[in-house]
Amino acid sequence: MASRQSRPTGDAAARARTTTRAVQKAADATVKPRIEVRKTYKLYIGGAFPRTESGRSYLVSANDGTPLANACRGSRKDLRDAVRAARKAFPGWASRSAMNRGQVLYRVAELMEGRRDQFAEEVAAAEGLRTDKARPLVDRAIDRWVWYAGWADKIAQVLGSSNPVAASYFNFTIPEPTGVVGIVAPETSSLLGLVSRLAPPLVAGNTVVLVTSEKRPLPAVTLSEVLATSDVPGGVVNVITGLKNELVPVIAAHVDVDALDTWGVPDALRTDVDLAAAESIKRIARRPRGVADARFDWTDDRAAERPEWIAAFLEMKTVWHPIGV
Amino acid sequence: MPDVTSETKLQRTGERAVQRTGSGSSPSSWGLGDGQAIPWEYAPAPESREIVTIKERYGLFINGREVDAVDGATFGTVNPATEETLAQVAKATPADADKAVRAARKAQRYSWGQLPGRERAKYLFRIARILQERSREFAVLESMDSGKPIKESRDVDVPLVAAHFWYYAGWADKLDYAFPGRVARPLGVAAQIIPWNFPLLMLAWKIAPALAAGNTVVLKPASTTPLSALLFADVCRQADLPPGTVNIVTGPGSIGMHLVTHPGIDKVAFTGSTDVGKKIARGVAGTDKGLTLELGGKAANIVFEDAALDQAVEGIVNGIYFNQGEVCCAGSRLLAQESIVEPLIEKLKDRLSTIRVGDPLDKNTDVGAINSKAQLEKITELVESGKAEGADFYQPACDLPERGYFFRPTLFTNVAQSHRIAQEEIFGPVLSVLTFRTPDEAVEKANNTPYGLSAGIWTEKGSRILSMATKMKAGVVWANTFNQFDPTSPFGGYKESGYGREGGMHGLHAYVRLEDR
Repeated sequence: MASRQSRPTGDAAARARTTTRAVQKAADATVKPRIEVRKTYKLYIGGAFPRTESGRSYLVSANDGTPLANACRGSRKDLRDAVRAARKAFPGWASRSAMNRGQVLYRVAELMEGRRDQFAEEVAAAEGLRTDKARPLVDRAIDRWVWYAGWADKIAQVLGSSNPVAASYFNFTIPEPTGVVGIVAPETSSLLGLVSRLAPPLVAGNTVVLVTSEKRPLPAVTLSEVLATSDVPGGVVNVITGLKNELVPVIAAHVDVDALDTWGVPDALRTDVDLAAAESIKRIARRPRGVADARFDWTDDRAAERPEWIAAFLEMKTVWHPIGV
Repeated sequence: MPDVTSETKLQRTGERAVQRTGSGSSPSSWGLGDGQAIPWEYAPAPESREIVTIKERYGLFINGREVDAVDGATFGTVNPATEETLAQVAKATPADADKAVRAARKAQRYSWGQLPGRERAKYLFRIARILQERSREFAVLESMDSGKPIKESRDVDVPLVAAHFWYYAGWADKLDYAFPGRVARPLGVAAQIIPWNFPLLMLAWKIAPALAAGNTVVLKPASTTPLSALLFADVCRQADLPPGTVNIVTGPGSIGMHLVTHPGIDKVAFTGSTDVGKKIARGVAGTDKGLTLELGGKAANIVFEDAALDQAVEGIVNGIYFNQGEVCCAGSRLLAQESIVEPLIEKLKDRLSTIRVGDPLDKNTDVGAINSKAQLEKITELVESGKAEGADFYQPACDLPERGYFFRPTLFTNVAQSHRIAQEEIFGPVLSVLTFRTPDEAVEKANNTPYGLSAGIWTEKGSRILSMATKMKAGVVWANTFNQFDPTSPFGGYKESGYGREGGMHGLHAYVRLEDR
């Protein structure tokens, strides 16, 4: 974490765990001061980590106001680049075998497992939690990848059908991915909410342009680093940090975005997003009626893990063929 | 499903009269299709209109009763084959639509919405049975009001209408099995806006799943084809359907938009043009209303060199001349592999010469009347653009009735992808022929459109069918067939052809809210 050392933790458990390290640090300090190598939080587009082409950034602070890092204030152009990368990656990702896609996504969980501590610290900082409270959120996020990854080779059997038409035809319906999906990530839950929205369109075979939480974007950036080192091909997930007021209208109006997940769209933008999406008949997956982003309990598996959220980014294709000789 | 061509078993006899005409036609660039017609006279075989009694005046169907519009206004509905006004129909005002929404809400809350699924099922079965019993009456009325051939309304539309109610009737008490692990609750009141090309069939596609899931509906038929919906109101009465369960308001498009934006509506279902679909999507913006859209199309019908050409020709004809081409999933772009394009066009031109255009109520008619003057003008305008942009124009010789809105089956060859007739939905009996060399090129051309409703593939090679079917960005793919429909078979589009599916188990999804068990 960029400013980890300046943030009061008040976290006995975490402190206990890091005692050894702290002692070592102190010992080192007496020898020579070790200056932390801070991370630059960048965008993730087409498998690379560019800074925003706009050269802008914005200060991301912890809940208590402690500055954490400068994040890229992504631009319209960044979003367009991300959509282009997602479009380019779509045919390859969509044509992966279902089992392969499941394995690739499961591998994301494996890699996150190895970075549990880092994610816990970042989520704690982003969401103003003690690290021991953030840890279960990270674990749940990892488990959610596993849950969704397992759907890859099952969803077609659950949602597809063979249709008993009243004439001599073989007729079946299979789901196919919609295409490029724009996700406006939940604003509140920086990692678990994010993963819960990201995994369903991915497991369906879509590629994604993700607009992160505006106030809590850093765990999303770290997740993009996990994705970059996983087997998820470049361009399948593209991550843009920045101001939702700037980015959301652009992604909602982009005609090469086939579907939108509007969970994290600020209420004030909701109608405009729907209006813009109407222009190209975008599919919209929205927060269920009466659900508030800030109050949604992402740890409730029954509420937060739904095959319908995979189905929201699938198109049903029906094929007919005559039965004859 | 019987189609425009199924009963045609022509014997080729006698001398063949050369009939390559059609206004402004130029000789085919292929130099092969001789367009020679077989002199085959058909005696008139009119279906009797006696079976249906058309009233002078129809009211709205609200809360189980036929009522006039509050201001008493009406509009005429025209038989497009004769241009005679068939009846005056109530022209709903926003106040009437409000009444209909209130009636639907009341029924959803207190009667229909309270019925157990197995009781809803019995009502829907009843409706299916009554539709079967009165099938000829509906077929004749539908042909008179819409212009479609009696052969199609009798053998396709009306049987499918009954079948849809039958199919969804059985779902009403089995929703738990359609959504395992979840409880399916009705959304509430659905506003359903349907087009004029399949007036009664679209009514069935909309109303049957909505009622099965426990919703009530306010249906707005197209303003040029209100009569079969109003006759359906009589079926609802005969079935003793609780008042308010089905409400039908006739009127202009503005009444449809009034319903779309009405705060008392929970779900909007629309079938029609992509332009209007976008307006409707804007109309529900910012609300929690459910929305399904079944919009336009510009389907590619792809014929490979190894296809059974005679079958392909029948499929092409069925694909674009069925229902005068006024079909959202019509195969309006023929993509022919270069090596067989000449014999294919020749066969197609021969086949076109046997198509009978005329009185929709004549049982021998293949292509009836265009639905309205406005639609005829739109088709004419696009056909003129095709000529102006340089495609080769062909029409078979055939006499058109003196009155009524008719258009000859039309074929354009040498069409470029940039031509309007290759890009825009014509919604008429006009086929644009393009060519390709490789399967990849066929895929690219087929998908080169904002639409994505349907596609056709003609080849004898099974693995190619499956690979092409996978690559088509289209919701329905017909392989070695075209324009087949069935209540169990989900139908709907990719891309700007809309979202949501109608038909099958998938069709239920648009009318339910899923809750935890």
